[in-house]
Amino acid sequence: MERIPILKMGDCLLVSIQVDMHDRLAITLQEELTDRIVAARARGVLIDISMLDVVDSFIGRMLGNIASMAKILDADTVVVGMRPSVAITLVELGLSLQGVRTALNVEKGMDLLRGSMEDVSEGQDAGTPA
Amino acid sequence: MGKVDSRLGDILQRYESDLLEDWVKKQLGVVTSRPDLMTEAELRNESTRFLKLLRDATQAGNLTDINASGWTPLRDMLTALSASRARQGFSPLETAMFIFSFKEPLFQRMRQESRDVETLANDVWSATVLLDKLGLLTTETYQKYREEVIVRQQQELLELSTPVVQLWQGILALPVIGTLDSARTQIVMQNLLQKIVETGSAIAIIDITGVPVVDTLVAQHLLKTVSAARLMGADCIISGIRPQIAQTIVHLGVELGNIVTKATLADAFAVAIQRTGLAVTPAPSRAR
Repeated sequence: MERIPILKMGDCLLVSIQVDMHDRLAITLQEELTDRIVAARARGVLIDISMLDVVDSFIGRMLGNIASMAKILDADTVVVGMRPSVAITLVELGLSLQGVRTALNVEKGMDLLRGSMEDVSEGQDAGTPA
Repeated sequence: MGKVDSRLGDILQRYESDLLEDWVKKQLGVVTSRPDLMTEAELRNESTRFLKLLRDATQAGNLTDINASGWTPLRDMLTALSASRARQGFSPLETAMFIFSFKEPLFQRMRQESRDVETLANDVWSATVLLDKLGLLTTETYQKYREEVIVRQQQELLELSTPVVQLWQGILALPVIGTLDSARTQIVMQNLLQKIVETGSAIAIIDITGVPVVDTLVAQHLLKTVSAARLMGADCIISGIRPQIAQTIVHLGVELGNIVTKATLADAFAVAIQRTGLAVTPAPSRAR
């Protein structure tokens, strides 16, 4: 069965979608990713969709769902590398992925994740009694 | 009716060269002739072809329906003729006069031919109806060609009028001039997103100083563009909002959400500079 690899990098998970997404694959990814977030105690998830030519409403919604699930499991999600045509299609479909953070490429996405993780950890440090 | 039909065909066949001579002379004589755009030889050439095709068509069948298959060669010829004249710069009147000026020589021949008034009137009537239809066909084709030109120019205008400029490393500006309609938004969006990818910019400033009116539709288009840029990972700032436009936006109840808006492009640029982690400082004074 076709699967999308989930790579672990520090406390981040890296997902690069390189094949055409179909609905079954999307659901599999969602299940595996939530499992891995818990297993790896990941704090950030980066999904690279720069290879995707077509994103339909289902995949768009699924990306939103993954972000929400990751949030519940205390991990930030960044979707990176969306193509212009895909962005236009999603906006036309009325899906603006409100809860999802976006970045132009993997590098900027990682910066974003690190930044937000530092913010949180600083906040926690401040909260712990000396 | 059959008798009347054949008479026009007869006259065309019998007097073809005479008709051609009279007609060409007539066309050169009228005020609508354009010797600057077309030589006599070209005119004669076209007239000859028209006469020949008209003769074929009248002999093939009916005189009333020029959409019938027998008229196809003539229709094609007239379509091509109107299009070429429109391109050369003839006016619609001058184009239609090509056909209408044929009436006089034709009617003269008809008068010579027929003895009684009744048949003459019938002949003239059927011929005039036919020539009017053909004349209108040239005008219509002319119009259609012109409309195509207008559509093409609109297209070119669209592409020209939406430049995306890079203000700084990672900062784009999109000055929008003119009304934002759906077609235009599409192109603006595409250009902007493409440029975001090319330059790897994280901030885009949409300047709407040149947008005369912002109604709910325009606002919606702006929001769409901003959402699309956000999906790509770039933040948008809307600048150049004039006082009247701010009032309109509030009166219409348009919700701009959490989009950063600034009054001038300079303010927006300052915010963008700040967000990219840069600072503008005065240059150290030079020692004299």
